Amino acid sequence: MINTNQVGNSELVAAGPAIIKRLSRSLQHRWKSIVIFIPYFWLFLFFLTPFFIVFKISLAEPAIASPPFLPMIEWADEGILRIKLVFENFVYLWEDDLYFKTYLNSLKISSISTLLCLLLGYPMAYAIVRARHPYKHILLMFIILPFWIPFLLRVYSLMGLLADRGTINNLLIYLGFIDEPIRLLYAPFAVYVGIVYTYLPFMILPLYANMEKLDASLREAAADLGARPVATFITVTLPLTTPGIIAGSLLVFIPATGEFIIPDLLGGGNVLMIGRLLWDEFTANHDWPVASAVAIILCIVLVLPMMLYQRTQGKQVED
Amino acid sequence: MDPDQQPFIKIQSLSKHFGSFTAVDSVDLEIYKGELFSLLGASGCGKTTLLRMLAGFETPSSGTIHIDGVDMTDVPPYERPVNMMFQSYALFPHMSVEQNVAYGLHRDGIDKQAIKTRVEDMLAMVELTDFRKRKPHQLSGGQKQRVALARSLVKQPKVLLLDEPLAALDKRLRENTQFELMKIQDQLGVTFIVVTHDQEEAMTLSTRIAMMDAGRFIQIGTPIEIYEFPESRLVANFIGNTNMFEGRVTENGVDHIVVQSKQPACEFFIDHGISIQEGTRVWVAIRPEKFRISKSAPESGQTNQMKGVIDDIGYLGKLSIYRVRIGDDKIIQITSPNLSRPKHGESLLDWSDEIYLSWDASSVVVLTK
Repeated sequence: MINTNQVGNSELVAAGPAIIKRLSRSLQHRWKSIVIFIPYFWLFLFFLTPFFIVFKISLAEPAIASPPFLPMIEWADEGILRIKLVFENFVYLWEDDLYFKTYLNSLKISSISTLLCLLLGYPMAYAIVRARHPYKHILLMFIILPFWIPFLLRVYSLMGLLADRGTINNLLIYLGFIDEPIRLLYAPFAVYVGIVYTYLPFMILPLYANMEKLDASLREAAADLGARPVATFITVTLPLTTPGIIAGSLLVFIPATGEFIIPDLLGGGNVLMIGRLLWDEFTANHDWPVASAVAIILCIVLVLPMMLYQRTQGKQVED
Repeated sequence: MDPDQQPFIKIQSLSKHFGSFTAVDSVDLEIYKGELFSLLGASGCGKTTLLRMLAGFETPSSGTIHIDGVDMTDVPPYERPVNMMFQSYALFPHMSVEQNVAYGLHRDGIDKQAIKTRVEDMLAMVELTDFRKRKPHQLSGGQKQRVALARSLVKQPKVLLLDEPLAALDKRLRENTQFELMKIQDQLGVTFIVVTHDQEEAMTLSTRIAMMDAGRFIQIGTPIEIYEFPESRLVANFIGNTNMFEGRVTENGVDHIVVQSKQPACEFFIDHGISIQEGTRVWVAIRPEKFRISKSAPESGQTNQMKGVIDDIGYLGKLSIYRVRIGDDKIIQITSPNLSRPKHGESLLDWSDEIYLSWDASSVVVLTK
């Protein structure tokens, strides 16, 4: 009897803390979901909702009205709901090869710019990581410093540098290298300069973060095992900085593809990029449905490679 | 060791300065083929810098390094016949165990079939054959350590440098690995140079130990020499525990000296044939295990004995540690093996027991610095 009694008591005693534990655990779970919910709500409100509005407009019929398209859902006579989806906007994009060419040109410009950023940014990030203590922070500061100056101001100063009677041409004429100013501004060259200059920090910073984490003893181990500096770079440093290369490239490639101000101000009318076309459709042509369709296609073009990348990443983690 | 043997590694007046800080201060060292040599010292004593200069990661500020008769002072790491096992192991995280071990052989451009057999042999030796497809992050600490060892040995280096090889392992694994390392070293006949701050590790592993402090060697010798015949208080204190008494030489006899200490008042009779001028200030060091402990007064007379009170007892099973208070404020530490099993519920010695300590005249180390 005594024995069973004792067992019963100890079970009761044990049950008390167990309930509290379970309660606190479920509260913890709830907290976790609340914390996760906030950023998702934010994304829903400011990314998904506008995306669906734009998507809806892209399927509407243009009209001379305000807003300049017909409503998609209408109450027809006698309480019948009429939904009208217009795919013509997308068909129009396909039929007029201006759009196809512009998309292609945008992708070409942003790809080349990304490659240039990588070629310039990789050695810069490497040098910053390897720099001695006080210089490292100063160099890093230089990379971030341009953000202190408004973007438009920086583009205008680039125009001043590249113009026909700008600093560079004047200097070259003064030095006698050329007689006539060479065309720098309002040409693809100026757009490349502008994009590479603007987006270089977005390449350097993720690369820097990646390289900084890299254990220096890995390079030493490679050298110790007989790898010359070039072999060490190819077999150890490069594969281990691939995540930084991919992150930096996406951060440059995606905004560069949709870039509007740089091709507009530095490229003039001579460089067609999708951002400018979008702007023209919205403002000059006042054709919101076609502009929306252009935006939707741009989104798909940019999101697809991202998703593919995410999938390969996921697979690598599983390995 | 053959006394006529030429030194395999010869370091001559080697220094390394980092700005105004001197990490290694003009050291000379000769290491022979097949030795398992330890560099022992507290962190910041320069032992790692010395090892990194041997590997070629640091350029000496002055001095030379010869390995097997060839001047290696300015040879880059990838051309040295030396391999290193890193403290962090530095395994390549993007390569499998197999690829890690094969890395060094691929750099030498050896043909693929030969690489395969050598890697397989090496993995068999460290018992990792079943793990050859794994990535480093899928291995335990002990397995990583063995991959690192295999990777650094597969190129059959003339010298293997080991930077704190066992520091990241837990105690039990460490003990096993120590003996494994010694076995492998014996099998391959490679010269090992081990950097460690762990005196026990240095004692069990090494044929010789170099004690370092502030960039210099303070004593080089076999583990027994370093432990039983320390040349300075620094060495005596760093290696194992020791009880130190300050005193003056009162008698300088033909085959013995007598040292008188004040705190506690005690006469030390030392008969291992040293001679120190009378009146010299010296330090007398006695290891904790050199004491005999008894409840009744020993018969040895007035010298080499002390009376004390047990302040604390640490029972470790195979032995007990006693902290004994001598006089007012001197505490000395004694270890005593528990040779006999006490009767149930009884112990031989208890807290606050008055006891006598005695020791052999040959057990006392006399230090002048």
